[in-house]
Amino acid sequence: MSSQAVSHDDVIHFDPHGKKMGMWLFLFTEILLFGGLFIVYAAYRFLNPEAFHAGSAELNMPVGAINTVFLLTSSLTVALSITALQKGNGRKAYNLIMWTIVFAGAFMVNKYFEWYAKWEHGLFPGMDHYNELSHGEAQFFNLYFFMTGLHGIHVIIGAILLLIIAHYIKKGVVNQKRFIYLENGGLYWHLVDVVWIYLFPLFYLII
Amino acid sequence: MSEEHDVHIVDYKFNILIWIDLLIFTLITIEIAQFDFQELTVVIALIVASIKTYLVGTYFMHLKFENKFIQLMVIGVAVIFIAVLFFLFTDYLYF
Repeated sequence: MSSQAVSHDDVIHFDPHGKKMGMWLFLFTEILLFGGLFIVYAAYRFLNPEAFHAGSAELNMPVGAINTVFLLTSSLTVALSITALQKGNGRKAYNLIMWTIVFAGAFMVNKYFEWYAKWEHGLFPGMDHYNELSHGEAQFFNLYFFMTGLHGIHVIIGAILLLIIAHYIKKGVVNQKRFIYLENGGLYWHLVDVVWIYLFPLFYLII
Repeated sequence: MSEEHDVHIVDYKFNILIWIDLLIFTLITIEIAQFDFQELTVVIALIVASIKTYLVGTYFMHLKFENKFIQLMVIGVAVIFIAVLFFLFTDYLYF
């Protein structure tokens, strides 16, 4: 063992700025992924305004509104969790993340019943009722299932990531001095929230 | 000494205030959607959603306290996206 190897061990590089930069670069790819879908949405909606209106009328606005409140609140608990960890209160940070998971779960349960109702009505692409729809309305439901589905996958992934981070908070690996993983997990979660902020009015509130 | 994060801690209370603003804006979108403003309906919905996004980005995502480079990149991505939307709609409006 040379002394150089020993000193190398002492200088484990921990680079929160680089980690955060990487997270933002990843978020940009996510923004453009959903952004592309929103542009497709804009194009089809412009071509089929009445069909999109009719499609939107089939959606359950109150359920969408409640889900909006769930996601906004889950974003708040993540933000509060970061504050708690920065102030050195790991236990509180952990509990707040757990609340986020609860709200994420509530969101997905709501989503399940919402999708299930559409499924029962045969509105899923390829089913009877769907096949009778006008071209524009079918397009509306394609986009509805694809975009809310992709968003739902993001909610599930975000919740799993936050659970893993909570575990490391408990173990003290993520702590007052090294909170970048929680910050990055939070960034992902807020992005999921932002996507829903646009999905809600564009699908549920068309007049 | 590996951690030299210039920490800016956002107060609990301040976070809660942002959350209340977000809920108020959600209520506003729902209320406004009851009226028919023709083409403007979508525009108004998008403006309210963008105000909410601004609040989430600036305060919950701590962009306000982030270094300039990340702020500039976020602005760059937003400009690209808005430019694409803009060209899409100039195409439609002169149809």
